[in-house]
Amino acid sequence: MSLAEESSDSVFTEKEEEEESFNRRYTLWIKEALDELPHNFTITDPFLSGHPIVFASLGFLKMTGYSRAEVIGRNGKFFQGPKTNRRSIMEIREAIREERSVQVSLLNYRKSGSPFWMLFHMIPVFGRDDGKVINFVAVQVPISGRDHHHRKLTSVGDDVSSLDHSELVFGSCRREVCFGNFVQHQDHRALPVECDDDEQGLEDWEYCEASESEKLRAAEAINNVLSVLTRYSELSGRLVCGKRCCLRGVDCLSSSLVISLGRIKQSFVLTNPCIPDMPIIYASDAFLTLTGYKRHEVLGQNCRFLSGVDTDSSVLYEMKECILKGQSCTVQILNYSNRKDKSTFWNLLHISPVRNASGKTAYFVGVQVEASCRNTESKELRPETKQLSVVGAVRVAVRSSFMVTC
Amino acid sequence: MLKIKRVPTVVSNYQKDEAADESVGCGRNCLGACCINGARLPLYACKNLEKSREKIVVSHEAEEPPVAFLESLVLGEWEDRFQRGLFRYDVTACETKVIPGKYGFVAQLNEGRHLKKRPTEFRVDKVLQSFDGSKFNFTKVGQEELLFQFEAGEDGQVQFFPCMPLDPENSFSVVAINVSPIEYGHVLLIPRVLDCLPQRIDHKSLLLAVHMAAEAANPYFRLGYNSLGAFATINHLHFQAYYLAMPFPLERAPTKKMITTVSGVKISELLNYPVRSLLFEGGSSMQDLSDTVSDACVCLQNNNIPFNILIADCGRQIFVMPQCYAEKQALGEVSPEVLETQVNPAVWEISGHMVLKRKEDYEGASEENAWRLLAEASLSEERFKEVNTLIFEAIGCSDQEEDLEGTIVHQQIPNGGVNQKSNRIHGGPITNGTASECIVLQ
Repeated sequence: MSLAEESSDSVFTEKEEEEESFNRRYTLWIKEALDELPHNFTITDPFLSGHPIVFASLGFLKMTGYSRAEVIGRNGKFFQGPKTNRRSIMEIREAIREERSVQVSLLNYRKSGSPFWMLFHMIPVFGRDDGKVINFVAVQVPISGRDHHHRKLTSVGDDVSSLDHSELVFGSCRREVCFGNFVQHQDHRALPVECDDDEQGLEDWEYCEASESEKLRAAEAINNVLSVLTRYSELSGRLVCGKRCCLRGVDCLSSSLVISLGRIKQSFVLTNPCIPDMPIIYASDAFLTLTGYKRHEVLGQNCRFLSGVDTDSSVLYEMKECILKGQSCTVQILNYSNRKDKSTFWNLLHISPVRNASGKTAYFVGVQVEASCRNTESKELRPETKQLSVVGAVRVAVRSSFMVTC
Repeated sequence: MLKIKRVPTVVSNYQKDEAADESVGCGRNCLGACCINGARLPLYACKNLEKSREKIVVSHEAEEPPVAFLESLVLGEWEDRFQRGLFRYDVTACETKVIPGKYGFVAQLNEGRHLKKRPTEFRVDKVLQSFDGSKFNFTKVGQEELLFQFEAGEDGQVQFFPCMPLDPENSFSVVAINVSPIEYGHVLLIPRVLDCLPQRIDHKSLLLAVHMAAEAANPYFRLGYNSLGAFATINHLHFQAYYLAMPFPLERAPTKKMITTVSGVKISELLNYPVRSLLFEGGSSMQDLSDTVSDACVCLQNNNIPFNILIADCGRQIFVMPQCYAEKQALGEVSPEVLETQVNPAVWEISGHMVLKRKEDYEGASEENAWRLLAEASLSEERFKEVNTLIFEAIGCSDQEEDLEGTIVHQQIPNGGVNQKSNRIHGGPITNGTASECIVLQ
């Protein structure tokens, strides 16, 4: 059945948001235009929680046997399975984290459960004006493995020249370097062309090399999708392009950091103390639900919009002092929501400075717990532990989000 | 007697007081009989891997998985100790970077991690040494350094008890903080802490560690192990773990399959990596994988070969890295430049995470330097092959053949041959046939 029917309210608002942001960038006509392309591809949005698919082509749906509603909102991992090569998965994850392209053969699973190999080629799409990653586009070209897959060594030995590719799992070092070592072998050896029509064996293949023509098809498909996206982004005025045209702005979080932060399901915000008036630069979905605001209403604002007439100003002062001293603190503060009933709530707020890889304080994290919700269910973490776990998860995410210089 | 000076890492706030050890009564709130009455800790009993394996295999992850329960527990408790000032320094204030290059070695400048200490004796030439209660061990840590009890549950579900008494009669395992963390969230897993097991791998303990990796459900949370002689600092059984949200160079190295065991565990060797290592993965169950690795490690231990273990990819991939750095160091065979960095190649260093003490080492950190350091720890190609043969015999796959079309072919060699071989290699260092005694001054 469709995803919407299975899901709870919160997923529903996510779908709206994802539709909205996709349409705002590319206009309402984008989907029709993309539907005219014959290729198999998906488009994901790293700034939505869970890094979900926001568009899947008809070809992709046909290839995998799913309906559009079953696919939109899913993460790409949904199509992987028990025999999907772990290294390839890591390679894709790293390309996402480093905001670069990747091309790797991958075993995926259809809705029916049957596996198939495809060449997975993914690229980031950048906002031209802010250098942010707007989407990832992934093209999937089914490969038969006719040219080259698992098999056939006549002699056991460590002789490197007799290495069978298929036994080698390519590390996720930079591809060009990795392939540099092995491509030579491929050219010099006259490998028997294995024609394996037996689908049952393919799940156990160590690797499945794509042919040159399959690689070309992938590259062509990527270019076509990118052209459509670029063209339609021109219409909306929010241009995208395939290369990063400018350095990502200081207050722009990397997509990998956003993906990591998206795993944290509690209400929290990140603010930047180095920018005047310490604006919010990240707000979790749960924060938006708690406060009743939309994301674009809170980003760039100082948190004071949550305070009101009856908010204790001495508490605000205490917080300000802690921030100046770079210390953590927990306060109980009356906040005013933007929910339908415009209700106030008691916010048990914990704030703490967060350092990045340079060792210096880059952000402050604020974790909100609505006081009435502090249930002490016996089988759960103590509320204090839960609140601090958000701080910890943010620390790990921020510290690790430094990138290899390309 | 060969002597080398080594500066260890302090992992507990009570380790420094080692000298003033044997005192009457304690007042330290430790785990000894003096303090344990009434002590309580949260207990996390993880789901039984076998019973829940179905679920893991069948369900496709619908999205980037949310922070798992165990991860929240570790991070929440760690942050609590962090804010209470229980760590010797703020590790997040230590500058860190990825070294440009093929593999992405990670370097950190950490001048506070190593502490000067009066020399004590710790043999570096024996992988198996008995537990010595007079030396520092984890029954002496303050209870505030403990985060929670951890056990392999019986159920297909996680069970959590926020406040469970510590029962000395019922051998419990704990997760503790490492007060000199390499990264945020650095913890120690101490199986059956009151049983005072020496630092050596046994099947039950390794399985517990694999459970923890699986339960954390985060590929960036790995567990590591150092044998004696491979830079374990304390001879009381423990694993380490922490979060680093990027792949270790070790995890990136290409691999070449060597054999598959009857239980389906695939063993590969790493290619193009400074330390020759084995990767174990697959198996019809996580227990099979864990047991196969344990068999291999027991073999190494019995043959006095120091080694490190990295449990990665949520317990799906286990690396075993035999090494010989300490021995080389004692014999004066390590290059002086490498020695000057005072970096000991333990599991995290070999995995590619280098903690550097001196600013000049950090500023000048390069993939080449890292490679050169780690290469000193590696067994030679020949020695590695010998060791692999030993391991394969021990796990019951001697003289393996490449597997053809899904079938696995083993040939057992007659027992006589096996014993002779292993005797020849037993305890021998790489350079000559005599096992020299060496003592490390700390």
